[in-house]
Amino acid sequence: MVEVTLWGALGTAAGGKSKVEIEAKDIRELFRKLAEQHPALEPHIQRGIAVAINGEIYRDTWSKEFPAGAEIFLLPRLAGG
Amino acid sequence: MGFDPRYTGRNFTSVGTRPVRPDGVDKVTGRARYGADFNMTGQLVGRVLRSPHAHARIKKINTSKAEKLAGVKAVITAADLPDLTDGDAAMYAILDNCMAREKALYDGHAVAAVAAVDARTAKEALKLIAVDYEVLPHVTDVDEAMKPTAPVLDDSVFTEGVEPRPAKPSNIAKRSQFGHGNVEEGFKQAHSIVERSFKTEQTHQGYIEPHACVASVSSDGTADLWVCTQGHFVYRQHCAQLLGMDVSKLRVTSSEIGGGFGGKTHVWAEPVALALSRKAGRPVKLVMSREEVFRASGPTSATSIDVKIGSRKDGTITAASATLRYSSGPYLGMWAEIGAMTAFACYKLENVRTVGFEVLVNRPKSAAYRAPSAPMAAFAVESAIDELAKTIGMDAVQFRIKNAAQEGTQSSYGPVYGPIGIGPTLEAAKSHAHMKAKLGKNQGRGMACGFWFNFGGQTCTDLNVGIDGSVSLAVGTVDVGGSRASLSLVAAEELGIPYEQVKAVVADTASLGYNDMTDGSRGTFSSSMATISAARNAIRTLRERAAQMWEISVDDVIWESGQAVAKGRKHGNLAPLSLKEIAAAAGNTGGPIAGHSELVADGAGVSFATHICDVEVDPDTGATRVLRYTVIQDAGKAVHPTYVEGQYQGGAAQGIGWALNEEYIYGKDGRLQNPGFLDYRIPVCSDLPMIDTQILEIPNPNHPYGVRGVGETSIVPPLAAIANAVSNAVGVRMTHIPMSPPRILAALGAG
Repeated sequence: MVEVTLWGALGTAAGGKSKVEIEAKDIRELFRKLAEQHPALEPHIQRGIAVAINGEIYRDTWSKEFPAGAEIFLLPRLAGG
Repeated sequence: MGFDPRYTGRNFTSVGTRPVRPDGVDKVTGRARYGADFNMTGQLVGRVLRSPHAHARIKKINTSKAEKLAGVKAVITAADLPDLTDGDAAMYAILDNCMAREKALYDGHAVAAVAAVDARTAKEALKLIAVDYEVLPHVTDVDEAMKPTAPVLDDSVFTEGVEPRPAKPSNIAKRSQFGHGNVEEGFKQAHSIVERSFKTEQTHQGYIEPHACVASVSSDGTADLWVCTQGHFVYRQHCAQLLGMDVSKLRVTSSEIGGGFGGKTHVWAEPVALALSRKAGRPVKLVMSREEVFRASGPTSATSIDVKIGSRKDGTITAASATLRYSSGPYLGMWAEIGAMTAFACYKLENVRTVGFEVLVNRPKSAAYRAPSAPMAAFAVESAIDELAKTIGMDAVQFRIKNAAQEGTQSSYGPVYGPIGIGPTLEAAKSHAHMKAKLGKNQGRGMACGFWFNFGGQTCTDLNVGIDGSVSLAVGTVDVGGSRASLSLVAAEELGIPYEQVKAVVADTASLGYNDMTDGSRGTFSSSMATISAARNAIRTLRERAAQMWEISVDDVIWESGQAVAKGRKHGNLAPLSLKEIAAAAGNTGGPIAGHSELVADGAGVSFATHICDVEVDPDTGATRVLRYTVIQDAGKAVHPTYVEGQYQGGAAQGIGWALNEEYIYGKDGRLQNPGFLDYRIPVCSDLPMIDTQILEIPNPNHPYGVRGVGETSIVPPLAAIANAVSNAVGVRMTHIPMSPPRILAALGAG
């Protein structure tokens, strides 16, 4: 079980929650279960979400596994210049 | 084979040196080919008809007269670019921006295009296209657009991110919020509070080379696109999707690039050129004029920002909040969201909240511009920080040092920081000679900090060993700032050979696996990681070939200083084999020798900078001259220090233009008044002092050489650093960018 912190707009889509607990071993499983449990999050996942694991931001590697007790933040997948 | 990206602390031979760039001679002699330098046999000239109205319904377009004009080979409208986006709202916005469908949404919005045998005929044909517009009320100002009485650009937009869903559509496309703690409680603990509102005007990236491409669609459905871009693989994907093609049937070749700064991460004219070529059955060259570049491509957001920061007497910030309103043109952007994330990222805050609003206006689609959205947020926050330091009687640098984020700090946008460089840049600023230099009459000094995320992303690289032992390196990230030199240094370092033995090229989309764009300061970070990985794979093959030549086990062969060395007592009499010797024998030991790498470069590591600036303001004219400018930034490891310094200087130079002069000016009719470099003034050499740089090297733990991205952060602090300097020079807090002479005179009058 991992605790995931959602940024503002995502929290709104998850029914006003700022944190959710999900049984997930990696980013892929986290996104799948988030979409199952909170269907309103699906468009956000489609648009792109980055995952910060212990402060490191992962934008593409869905196989990234969560270390035990990791701090997990979901962030918008940002554009650069 | 897995690749371990962790920093190893090795000593460098090639990395950190300053060889001449491989593309330098071609660029200074005019041999280098930019977007408009490519030509094909039988090519037509493409031209685009653009809306003269800021907001208008397109009732009818009659192209029949244009089509009958001798020499015209194709005329297209939105009907020739049907909606194939399959419900993908982001792609639909790109399609609509490339060619207006139901409404023209800004002055300059493309409504039709022609391909003709020459420019004169194409221009004549545009005049023969009759567009029946129903002119609608428009709004170009970000604050005006948020008012309930403002004309609504898109009736289907109901503010996202608020509950319950608004009952009426509006121009406020999205609300986002970040932060932690209890801001209201934090402000109660404050001894002093500064609360101010700021505005920044819309600016363009100002790349010297306009958008240009040549498209050639064959009757068999395959196509070629030669284009000036920051990301040819992404352009291929977008164009293929919009035109209904298989991506593998569209080959995109990137030209040399005369600046992009984010503006060439979006497709503008390329799908139009492909559609024209498809209809005409001939290649089409489409080059934007400077006026078109300004009216219809790439500006950053205009903003309106409120900031409130409170601190105790000892200088500890107790709470900080900001409301950020960013214009995004007529389509949903994520610009306020990024501004809200970056605004307070430099600081360790117990109580912080930022709220961002994406606002639709009748201006061209806002595009990424170097650390997009961060400079405007930093302007507002760093101005308020400076004022607060002054209010409590603390030195501006010391105040920032006291509140600077550290390893372990929860960032204002959420995650906890790893090792970061804000503290060291501030300490370096504190002890820098610039801070101690004397100032004269009407002169002022300012400083400011800046933050940017930096990205990695999908990357693919091929490293091929030639029969003579020279090495060609094919990369997929467009070289916008000297990366071919940097990546050649990395290949030379890893292989243990001289820099001159490596030649790097940017490969086309048919020759290499997918690469994300050169954006997010990722070019050197990501492609160097893939180059190291590819070189290590090549070294494995080189060891195998040497083992064959010696008829010994590969386990007994190591790679050392550019040669294979047999280890162990029983091989003591074997002389090392150089890369050249192994390459020469390749045909008899298994064929060509190469190393490939496909990876996702994550762990780019966030970046911080501190800038110091001295200005002199003429109180009679309001004109500001930048006297001295210093950039201090963490590079992780500077692969080619000259190009790192170039990025630092370039960001500062662009920031100086943005802070003092650059501005989109719209008339009451919603039309852009200054679409040219005479009236939209970017800085030239005579406007700039020599920009001093100091590279700090705090290794990124997620890169084998410790590299961090360096391309964007340097544009984040300048607006604030210069505003603080001007405010100190004139004794009035400047709150509106650009600080052009009329605004400074108005501020002096009001003060």
